[in-house]
Amino acid sequence: MSLSGRYVIAGIGHTAFGKLPDSDTVSLNVEACRLALADAGVDKSAVDAVFVKVPTSSREFMYGQKVAEALGIAPRIGGAWDQGGAANLMLLSFAIMAIEAGQCDVALVCYADNPRSGNRAVYARPRGDDAAYGWFSTAAGYAMIHRRHAIEYGTRPEHFAAVAMASRRHGAENPNAQLRKPLTLEQYMASPWVVDPIRRDDSALVSDGGAALVVMSAKRARELGVAAPVPVLGFGHGQTSFEVAQRPTLTSTEAARAGETAFRMAGVKPKDVDVAQLYDCFTVTVLMTLEDYGFCKKGEAGAFVADGAIEIGGLLPINTSGGLLSETGMPGLQLVMEGVRQMRGTARLQVPGAKLCVVSNQGGTMHTHGTLLLGN
Amino acid sequence: MDMPKPELTALTRPYWDALREGHLVFQRCGCGHAWLPPRRHCPACLQPEPVWERASGQGRLVSWVVYHTAYHPAFESRLPYNVALVELSEGPRLLTNIVADHDALAADAPVALKVEWEGDVALARFRLSSQPTRSTDHA
Repeated sequence: MSLSGRYVIAGIGHTAFGKLPDSDTVSLNVEACRLALADAGVDKSAVDAVFVKVPTSSREFMYGQKVAEALGIAPRIGGAWDQGGAANLMLLSFAIMAIEAGQCDVALVCYADNPRSGNRAVYARPRGDDAAYGWFSTAAGYAMIHRRHAIEYGTRPEHFAAVAMASRRHGAENPNAQLRKPLTLEQYMASPWVVDPIRRDDSALVSDGGAALVVMSAKRARELGVAAPVPVLGFGHGQTSFEVAQRPTLTSTEAARAGETAFRMAGVKPKDVDVAQLYDCFTVTVLMTLEDYGFCKKGEAGAFVADGAIEIGGLLPINTSGGLLSETGMPGLQLVMEGVRQMRGTARLQVPGAKLCVVSNQGGTMHTHGTLLLGN
Repeated sequence: MDMPKPELTALTRPYWDALREGHLVFQRCGCGHAWLPPRRHCPACLQPEPVWERASGQGRLVSWVVYHTAYHPAFESRLPYNVALVELSEGPRLLTNIVADHDALAADAPVALKVEWEGDVALARFRLSSQPTRSTDHA
């Protein structure tokens, strides 16, 4: 029997976003989990699985056990995983598969990091032996892809700007957002280079914060009296694994395989989607995800996002709480949580009558991709 | 300030030694697959013991970025500098620098090897070339 609709996100929780001096990632995880359990109305004693993404900025040995110890939980299954920014959405699907396999009953999925007040060196890191040529930073890999997309498809700066303007407009309405400043095309064009052709306003924020989900079967949620469970209709993954230089093409992503799996599992099509939360670590990522999910043809995302189509009130509103460009640079869970709010009908920028939300998470330099479809 | 240097290992030393002699080399397997960076096994068929093959030095500019910020002090005096993705005519791809004015860089432009020394390390840089090469990037 298909898993579609038989598992739910029962609760969501997050810390403040932005700069949290004197924070540590284990405490941020615990705070997010505490709030997620309260949101679900579920006691900690019901939890028997803890899935956590390792903090991007500081790897720690046996990190999953450190978080579980601080939570006072002895999990039957779980641990710390690393697929970059796609990890959270993937962990959610691993948790569902573990429950389905009878390995656990109620799972916490969580992530926290503090690169803003701590160490952000990971984003500026030398990239192996290619550092001899000056190959540094996370942004540079995306800049290589951004340029090739513009070369092959004529994607213009105003197309990339449209993505940033949508996230920034929506984030400005979100009191929890780290950056609450709408963006104009003129401001985007004047934004300084990070690594040409990527500008500051194409780039995710650097943020402290944590977030968590409570995951269980729909049946268990009924038994526990969960007030607002949101059903998971589909999920899918994809991993190219090849570094940017080794890929045969720069302009397609694992969103194609991940999306195909997720949409097939849910038995829906992109045209059925009411609202999308798309991983916007850099603006090019959103354009390529729209294409590879099939919202438009390959190379036509620039035209698709023009004229406010991805802003609230448009054809396909995206990142309605601000995404990585405005709400928090924390990789991934903010998008899942906003998908949950849209399906509950409680989002600040609610899409009226929304019944289907697609969420994407993406890791590395488009190495990994996870797709999630939520219903109500 | 010294430039970052490649880490010479038993696996990578033949690559960097060849550049010191003025040659760019890549690996090829008996199955025909050719690649960079160096590996012990063919990533296509997993057979061990690939052979080193000398590249023609001809290639194609797939994409490039321009740094306006130095992430390492050695690059501060070189700003703005480019890092480019080049596909060799034999197939393998590598990251490099194009020794040219940034305004002259163009998609799919033909490029040719230009070995340059930084201290005691020979790097495989490229220059723009007038000789066209075949294009394979359109998937």
